[in-house]
Amino acid sequence: MLTAILALSALSLVFGLILGFAAVRFKVEGDPLVEQIDAQLPQTQCGQCGFPGCRPYAEAIANEEAEINQCPPGGEATIHALADLLDREPLPLNPENGVVKPKTVAFIDEQTCIGCTLCIQACPVDAIVGAAKQMHTIIESECTGCDLCLPPCPVDCIEMVEIKQDMLTWKWPYPEQPIAEKSTPDSPREASA
Amino acid sequence: MSMAPVKLWDFHGGIHPEQNKLQSTLEPSSPAQLPRKLVLPLHQHIGEAAEPVVEIGETVLKGQKVANANGYVSAPVHAPTSGKIIDISEYPIPHPSGLSALAIVIEPDGRDAWVEYTPDQDYTEKNPSHLRNIIREAGIVGLGGAGFPSFIKLNPGSQKKIKTLILNGVECEPYITCDDMLMREDPQSIIEGLHIMRHALQAEECVIAIEDNKPEAFESISKAAAGLDGVRVALVPTRYPQGSEKQLVQVITGKEVPSNGLALNIGVVCHNVATAAAIYRAIHLGQPLISRMVTITGKGVKRPRNLEVLFGTPIEELLQQCDAEFDQIERLVMGGPMMGFALHDIALPVIKTTNCIIAATREELGLDRPVMPCIRCGACADVCPVKLLPQQLYWHAKAKELDKAQEYDLFDCIECGCCSYVCPSNIPLVQFYRFAKGAIWTQEQEHKKSDQARERHEFRLLRIEREKQEREAKRAKKKAPRPQAASPKAPPVDGATMATKMREEAISQRESAAAARKTEIQAALARVQAKKKGTAPKTDEPPAADSSTSPAQKSDLDKTDASSTDSANNQQVP
Repeated sequence: MLTAILALSALSLVFGLILGFAAVRFKVEGDPLVEQIDAQLPQTQCGQCGFPGCRPYAEAIANEEAEINQCPPGGEATIHALADLLDREPLPLNPENGVVKPKTVAFIDEQTCIGCTLCIQACPVDAIVGAAKQMHTIIESECTGCDLCLPPCPVDCIEMVEIKQDMLTWKWPYPEQPIAEKSTPDSPREASA
Repeated sequence: MSMAPVKLWDFHGGIHPEQNKLQSTLEPSSPAQLPRKLVLPLHQHIGEAAEPVVEIGETVLKGQKVANANGYVSAPVHAPTSGKIIDISEYPIPHPSGLSALAIVIEPDGRDAWVEYTPDQDYTEKNPSHLRNIIREAGIVGLGGAGFPSFIKLNPGSQKKIKTLILNGVECEPYITCDDMLMREDPQSIIEGLHIMRHALQAEECVIAIEDNKPEAFESISKAAAGLDGVRVALVPTRYPQGSEKQLVQVITGKEVPSNGLALNIGVVCHNVATAAAIYRAIHLGQPLISRMVTITGKGVKRPRNLEVLFGTPIEELLQQCDAEFDQIERLVMGGPMMGFALHDIALPVIKTTNCIIAATREELGLDRPVMPCIRCGACADVCPVKLLPQQLYWHAKAKELDKAQEYDLFDCIECGCCSYVCPSNIPLVQFYRFAKGAIWTQEQEHKKSDQARERHEFRLLRIEREKQEREAKRAKKKAPRPQAASPKAPPVDGATMATKMREEAISQRESAAAARKTEIQAALARVQAKKKGTAPKTDEPPAADSSTSPAQKSDLDKTDASSTDSANNQQVP
């Protein structure tokens, strides 16, 4: 009886020490969940979710202050990825936040641009180059298509251009599959039967 | 032939579809008529599209380069005949997407006048890299169907030794007979090309593989290759998809190309027979790639045959030359029935990868088979030449579970179509794999882009924060006027003490540099002397900043203190 108590106490002490050591040694700084959620978001930084950027939205999801269906640029794919990650039911995209649109990049009409730098200040990814009273232009490869440069422009010289598909970006579409769930009378199986 | 039979190995699965090759080999090949207009797409190969080097209105000669290779994996484009450039703009191209792309349009002048070219007879004198350059400049890409720039596949890399060079004359897909015709009619060009390739690769041995449904081609090639050292001609039993590079390598060498690897990794290089003939023309005759053999077949044409076609020739004109019944044609396919794709327009041009045009009638297609649910019969796994589990891949691709599809080695799929061919439920399996591959690539690209955007956004936030801090610091500085140092915390620092401190620092720096050079004995001596002298030098130090400096400053001072003491002592040494 005594040996059993002693043995169990010794064991619990040893495991307690191991766990205590592990808790200190392998302590994780910050919230890894936020990082994981942030990794699924498209990083357009557009703010359509109602938060100032993708990371704040990720934090809000982690704190259960926001739903997973508030990201229009990510669309269905992002919602599914988040649902998988957080083990929740996928929801349809919340129409209050916007609708899924084809991917675009901003384009500045250089004839109209007055060089006010307002769009440069609005761009969340520094994808606009230019200086005061100098013409501005978009770095196409860096533009996330967030639309944030449109409202501040006083002369409306920015427009969003749909990204054109070429042979290198084209991908095979999802096969449309008219599955015949019930065999129709003219199907071969029925005919042979 | 007296050649010893080549030992052959086997590959998994495969099918025996109806051949349909005989009808297009009944008459010898002939050159197609010069078309009224040639549309030359700039993207006829794998890799980046070529860049035009001509302008509208310019006249060009046959074989003149009209577009330059753009980057390493790319190929130039040459004028197939002499004439005038009448347009450079977007035209529909033969591609499964049905998209348009930049093309150069040439109006032939009918003279067919060649540009001046320099034949190069003594290629063996040339460095292999020089040969590769000629082949690259001649715009030669793999003519088996994929269109990968050939010069890259003729580069063995720095340390790799090439054991076997395989010349692929298998042509396993039904209907296609262009390589068969070429082997029958022009074996000499192929053998000459083989010699050049062998020289470029420094390959130990060469094997020309031909399926046993082409006895005439085997006969003709065997005759041409008779007596050549280290060149064997292998007659391989007919089975689809034996012409696929990885499967053929396995049949000839018994070695399997590793997953995610190349044949090059196991010391084997594989080229198509037509590519060999094109390389012969480029090196020996100095002619770039401007035409190819194309099989025009299917029940929609009354006179199926092979034509030597200039690139850019509209398919419609070829069909006319083969007596097409246009109202009978249900679908136009480029490539074979297994891996080809439907063309959306009969005016599309022939490009470097066009090996076959099938004008299929309704009766030939048998379109009306309904798609049924998968019954997990496993027939697809039996025929898969890569030993994948097609039904598993199908389930995951259908459910868009891309990561799971990848776990089942989706990217090892060669899209041969054997699984779709045997599927009793008529499921278009390959289409699902193509979709899944594309979706995964798109996802990867988007991830890359979003990572980049995140980095830029975080940097921007950091920059804004830094600018804010700098501004605040500036403002704080402006608010507190000059005698800011008079705050109660810091003691007054007058010019004299500052000067002393600076002098001390200078001395200590000079000293530490000197001390590094001195031996330990000298240092020890100095210490002994310092002990003897007592703390006398310390009294020379300014007493300022002793009580109320910040700890960091204090330790700094302490340091200078100590070193200056040392320096004082050292100065006493000599």
